[in-house]
Amino acid sequence: MTASPAPTTFFREIARNRRNSWILIFVVALVLAALGGAIGGATGYGWGGVVLALVVAFFMSIGSYFAGDKLVLLSSGAKEVPQAQPPDEYRQLLNVVTEMSLASGLPMPKVYVINDSAPNAFATGRDPKHASVAVTTGLLEKVDREQLQGVIGHELSHVGNYDIRFALLVGVLVGSIALLADWFLRFTFWGGGRRGGGDRDRGGGGAALILFALALVLAIVAPLIGRLVQLAVSRSRESLADVSAVELTRNPVGLARALRTIADDAEVLEVANRATQHLYIVNPIKSFENRSKSMWDTHPPIAERIAVLRGLAGQFGQDATTIE
Amino acid sequence: MDPIWIVLIVLVVVAAGIVFIYNGLIQRRNVVDEAWNQISVQLKRRHDLIPNLVNAVKGYMDFEQETLTRVIEARGAAVSAQQAGPAGAAQSAQAENFLTGALRQLFALVENYPDLKANQNVLQLQEELTTTENQIGFSRQHYNSTVRDFNTSIQTFPSVLIAGMFGFAARDYFQIEEADAEVPTVNLRDEPPQAAPPAAPPQT
Repeated sequence: MTASPAPTTFFREIARNRRNSWILIFVVALVLAALGGAIGGATGYGWGGVVLALVVAFFMSIGSYFAGDKLVLLSSGAKEVPQAQPPDEYRQLLNVVTEMSLASGLPMPKVYVINDSAPNAFATGRDPKHASVAVTTGLLEKVDREQLQGVIGHELSHVGNYDIRFALLVGVLVGSIALLADWFLRFTFWGGGRRGGGDRDRGGGGAALILFALALVLAIVAPLIGRLVQLAVSRSRESLADVSAVELTRNPVGLARALRTIADDAEVLEVANRATQHLYIVNPIKSFENRSKSMWDTHPPIAERIAVLRGLAGQFGQDATTIE
Repeated sequence: MDPIWIVLIVLVVVAAGIVFIYNGLIQRRNVVDEAWNQISVQLKRRHDLIPNLVNAVKGYMDFEQETLTRVIEARGAAVSAQQAGPAGAAQSAQAENFLTGALRQLFALVENYPDLKANQNVLQLQEELTTTENQIGFSRQHYNSTVRDFNTSIQTFPSVLIAGMFGFAARDYFQIEEADAEVPTVNLRDEPPQAAPPAAPPQT
């Protein structure tokens, strides 16, 4: 088990995570600019290619922005809990969501329950006014009130930090890189060679060739880099949600215990798949969780997340040794 | 470019900056006021729940009349204190604290009555009171966050200049006095604090 990091205040942790995620966005933007510049120079289309790619990627994502939450809820078989007259077994759930909503100052989200014995939860929605939080029946059965509070705090923090929007921004940039690279590779190998060839003949010479080679290399490598950075951003926002949850609950041990319980549970969440894995509090695809410390993960390794929470425990007079 | 244009552009930019900062300060201050009201809402919720609780348990806890009466009196004192408004904030906090202690004693006694412990009604009320306690706490916590945010804005540069110009004053944090921070392990034979003459216990 990793040693606890030096005790730190959660404000610093929050600031660090925010900073990291914006630095990563900046990196993606740079990669896009480099790719766009190289391709633009090599093909003679200038920045038109980048602009077009951004526009197309934007429109491809816009549907997901407005309707993505409904789609995800539908595909996971989530049933909404009526807040006016809730069934007795969901009263505590609604109470806990109300508590976190008060602590964060966010409007009360819609609350959904998924019938699955694997404990897990996710949040979705483009902004706090259109947010939904979903938990599995397994979660309600297997965690106690303070653990549940930690999980809901984490999910509501995703809403409050506008993480869906953040993911959309990253998605559009990475999508643009992929589109641009794709177009260029098709252009190079399956047509349009005439224009490039003509320029080269006219004495563009060595420089044009180098630019072309650069564009080619970038077109192959950039989408990969983009995807890796996208995953790094996802991990960074997950850490941010963990620490933001602590800001709400002032109870790091509660969330740490919840993460431990969820991660240790052997059940598999049947409704989850690769497309939705990034939304859940703990990656529901078990094989990914076990290969910890991978740069292909959407979430930081559980051990690391718990270690961060243990580091914060001292600030609230909690005993960190109670968690594995 | 004519110097006059440069001066005009600078003036416009500065004016826009002032407007932007001023609006931000107003928004933050309003958030603080709203958060304060939220606390009162939660407190009232708790006051309203207590008669239900007392009614649910009174049939079982014949020997605990005094306990129940104390809870009701503590509630009465808290309601009166709240009606004094922001001026009586410190006393209100104290009365609420005492009420919390009284309720905890009551639930400790419930442990001795197996019938009562299993009673769905009582369990639900217990959850409702737990969540109300939490909601009160979180409302206060959120209020303090908004105050922190607002105070930081009026103290940092450059908003500090605008704040001074338009008279934005720092807000106080919600604080429970050191002595009150220890929720009293109440012996319910003690007198509840008198913020105002307590209402006569309702005929239960």
